[in-house]
Amino acid sequence: MAERLRMVEAVRDTLDAELARDDSVVVYGEDVGRVGGVFRATQGLINDYPDRVFDTPVAEAGIIGTGVGLAATGMKPVAEIQFQSFLYQGFHQLAQHVARIRSRSRGTITCPMTIRMPYGGGIHALELHSESYEAGFSHLPGLQVVFPSSPAETKGLLTSAIRDPDPVIFMEPTRLYRSFREEVPDQHKIPLGEARVVEFGDDVTVVAWGSMLRKTLDAVNDVEASVEVIDPRTLYPLDTQTIVESVKKTGRCVVVHEAPKTAGMGGEITARINEEAFLYLEAPVERVTGYDVPVPLFAREDDYLPDEDRIRNGISRALEFG
Amino acid sequence: MPQEDVAQFTVRSVQVLAEDETVDDELVPELTDDQLLDLYEQMKRSRRLDERGIALQRRGELGTYAPAIGQEAAQVGSAYALADDDWLVPSFREQAALLTHGTDPEQILQYAMGMEEGAEIPGGKGALPPAIPVGSQPLHAVGIGWGEALQDRDTIAITYFGDGATSEGDVYEAFNFAGVSDSQTVFICQNNRYAISTGVEKQTKAKTLAQKAIAAGIEGVQVDGNDVLGVYRVAREAVEKARNGNPVLIEALTYRRSMHTTSDDPTAYRGHEEEAEWELRDPILRFQVFLENREILDEETEGTIDERIESELADAIDQANKERQAIDPADMFRFVYDDMPSELEQQSDAFEEGVEGDTDG
Ligand SMILES: Cc1ncc(C[n+]2csc(CCOP(=O)(O)OP(=O)(O)O)c2C)c(N)n1
Repeated sequence: MAERLRMVEAVRDTLDAELARDDSVVVYGEDVGRVGGVFRATQGLINDYPDRVFDTPVAEAGIIGTGVGLAATGMKPVAEIQFQSFLYQGFHQLAQHVARIRSRSRGTITCPMTIRMPYGGGIHALELHSESYEAGFSHLPGLQVVFPSSPAETKGLLTSAIRDPDPVIFMEPTRLYRSFREEVPDQHKIPLGEARVVEFGDDVTVVAWGSMLRKTLDAVNDVEASVEVIDPRTLYPLDTQTIVESVKKTGRCVVVHEAPKTAGMGGEITARINEEAFLYLEAPVERVTGYDVPVPLFAREDDYLPDEDRIRNGISRALEFG
Repeated sequence: MPQEDVAQFTVRSVQVLAEDETVDDELVPELTDDQLLDLYEQMKRSRRLDERGIALQRRGELGTYAPAIGQEAAQVGSAYALADDDWLVPSFREQAALLTHGTDPEQILQYAMGMEEGAEIPGGKGALPPAIPVGSQPLHAVGIGWGEALQDRDTIAITYFGDGATSEGDVYEAFNFAGVSDSQTVFICQNNRYAISTGVEKQTKAKTLAQKAIAAGIEGVQVDGNDVLGVYRVAREAVEKARNGNPVLIEALTYRRSMHTTSDDPTAYRGHEEEAEWELRDPILRFQVFLENREILDEETEGTIDERIESELADAIDQANKERQAIDPADMFRFVYDDMPSELEQQSDAFEEGVEGDTDG
């Protein structure tokens, strides 16, 4: 049975299903219990699973670090970090232990942990509530970095993330939490590491994920050319093949992300295209991204975030080159 | 002896003006009537700013706003103990403390309107911008108190954070660092009972938050945070100790009477009964009765104070709105580096021209 859910409801639905399916799953984080999280993504779960859903102290290093220990005892920690920027308070635990415990212990101790967090701008939030530090996570060997872009994608990807034997960073675009509903099948699993071709086209490839995928789809509605839109869905592992195949067909590519340009994932994707499809390129790969500045407070946030115009301009530059 | 107790501790708790309006005369701080009225006015100014802030947010004129309603005594009483050039290192709910230390309401509003301009501290007053990440700022205060000491000045830093913040590793590091560096720092933990929805009993098993100082070897003291005279008294002592390189942690027991922020609905996690109980312990009410009993405040004076606050606030709101109409979006590029790197200059130029990204020109 498929239900029409919002993204935030799809998160809840998935957590509920996984808690029911597997006694070793624990859901915890700041305010996730009694009120069900600041976005209500865990609402009500504590009533059904009072022993496996916890409110924690305000301590991100604690939330992430205890995950390593919980996992060592056979639990499957699913932690919420209230906003992506507050993961920094626990970044050392992520980088030094979560990402490395398998290799450090030569596979004897593993960390099948899922760390969910809202990320990204567009909801006029406070300072440090709008970042997307995706390249930083993708840069840490041992982690998988997942970006859902719709309610059904959320269910499919989160299910796989929780069942995965290795740690997963699950980045939930706050902007999409309540923006639309979609049919979400009951049983639904999307393998990590597989991109989705969202729209087929021949003239130019656009790669975008999370909330930027939605912006891109809106933008290409008004583009004359035939645009192929790809959602990589996971940034690590990255499905290079799907992107490269597409670029071999179109010869042109635009990468869209809201994180800053320098050292962003746009650079990585461009490099992989250069490595594997250089001779097919008819234009340099374009990047449409946030700027190399701290995400401004909300009075100027719209000027920072890529919008439909900027995406269309990027596409025109790619199309008009040469 | 195979076993002995090598250390024992107690935690002192202070109250000057009790809930039932009894006053411990010996502990009443030496303040003139004008100063007492000043404390009262500052508390009211902050209360009105918060009330208007909530209303403006509801009308879409402000972003998420974190009111300090109920915590005015803890903030005003402590900030009032500072010298003009002492540093104030706030969290995100410190309107009352900031106003007391000289920040204009207009700036607080600008920040809440999503403008970086509001985080700029005018007139060289020592204050840092609001710190949104919980518990991140006490370390800055420790650095300031250390830096002032290293330069042989007796300026101190006072820093504010909540009960939830005491769970963050940074806050432990701050207490500990302050102790070993003899930093000129006062820590004010406003224990307002909740970290968003999470009650303090889920934050710690410790009986008091003041005792968290003990492990760091610094002094910890508790005070009734709804008693402005008690807070002032304890803060005054702490500030003097800090000037001599002895950091102090003050736990002010108080209550956040309204929502965590305007995005929060407290009915989801606490009962009306509890809220009603704390309404009776309101810090402004309690102090007002004290002032009236001592014939320092009458209706006329109260009216004058209220009028002054309303007209100041109306001006501040007008002014902030005007500034908002006139913002320059390219401002976001301006303060990232002293000397703008060429990559960023390219992005900034492209932004201004509206063509971004085309590095070929
Ligand atoms: C590092 C970090 N983690 C989480 C948050 C989200 N958050 C904002 S306020 C808050 C609770 C803070 O409680 P407390 O320290 O008691 O201060 P209060 O809000 O009660 O003044 C949380 C968890 C944050 N801002 N920073």
